[in-house]
Amino acid sequence: MQKCMLGKKIGMTQIFTEEGKQIPVTVIAAGPISVLQIKNEEVDGYKAIKFGFEDIKEKRVNKPMKGQFEKAGVSAKRYIKEFRLDKVDTFEIGQEIKVGDMFKEGDKVDVSGASKGKGYQGTVKRFGTSRGRESHGSKYHRGVGALAGASIPSRVFKGRKLPGHMGAENVTVQNLSVVRVDDGRNLLLVKGAVPGPKGGLVVIKESVKA
Amino acid sequence: MDIIRTLEKENMKENVPDLKVGDFVRVAVKVREGSRERLQIFEGYIIGMHGRGIRRAIVVRRLSFGIGVERVFPIHSPLVDNIEIVRRGKVRRAKLYYLRDRVGKAARVKEDIKARR
Repeated sequence: MQKCMLGKKIGMTQIFTEEGKQIPVTVIAAGPISVLQIKNEEVDGYKAIKFGFEDIKEKRVNKPMKGQFEKAGVSAKRYIKEFRLDKVDTFEIGQEIKVGDMFKEGDKVDVSGASKGKGYQGTVKRFGTSRGRESHGSKYHRGVGALAGASIPSRVFKGRKLPGHMGAENVTVQNLSVVRVDDGRNLLLVKGAVPGPKGGLVVIKESVKA
Repeated sequence: MDIIRTLEKENMKENVPDLKVGDFVRVAVKVREGSRERLQIFEGYIIGMHGRGIRRAIVVRRLSFGIGVERVFPIHSPLVDNIEIVRRGKVRRAKLYYLRDRVGKAARVKEDIKARR
């Protein structure tokens, strides 16, 4: 992998093509990201780049973090993320990378982010299990149903779909195409939906399927 | 939210007339026939509007050989070449779906004479 980016989800809209087709797009405020550290095989055992994204006030970061930023000679950042890249010698510490340096129109990307938290949910919403009737004498509405057999097997199998916490987990959407790159305003428009709430951090990588 | 608004504004048409429900409009739509492009005119009453910003669309109804035809036009679509207001209508509701049950003389909208210039 050689292309990666950090961004913030702004929201969705649509744009028209010249043929009059409407394309649903997600607008992502992507980059610029700064190189904080270059990891190589000799010292760290693997090749990677550590990037920082989004400026914040210096008093918001603690001392260990501040040390990292000072070493790279960049301002304080909100997010720090490491990417394992095939080639690391093309980067230099302190370098600022914009969206246009990484992606162009027509590229295929994978976008990951933390999905919206849904709280404690039942199996109907969480796994899409079928529900019972609301009326006509039915007393079984949104229940779990039977857990297992009886004396055989005398236990509940692992992986049984039960109520629990839903959402707020890392989700990746694969193979989204880049509709537009706006280097001036640091915007990236991808076709389709992207996980997470507005303002949530998203990680954009080149598509593994491309 | 502001970034989205400005993005939408850039792709929106600037000289769209102030369309209202009840107006009698003439919509010119680009139609592709093979490699040739021509304009097709669709005339009728706006019986509904929906969407905001770049998604704004109008529903236009006309009677064609005794059969009601309704078309939805996204007003910022590049396929919609021009929208011309022929007559302003005077209506009291946002959706004129009652026109669907009417034919002939009854299927008309009262003209807003005050808006006429």
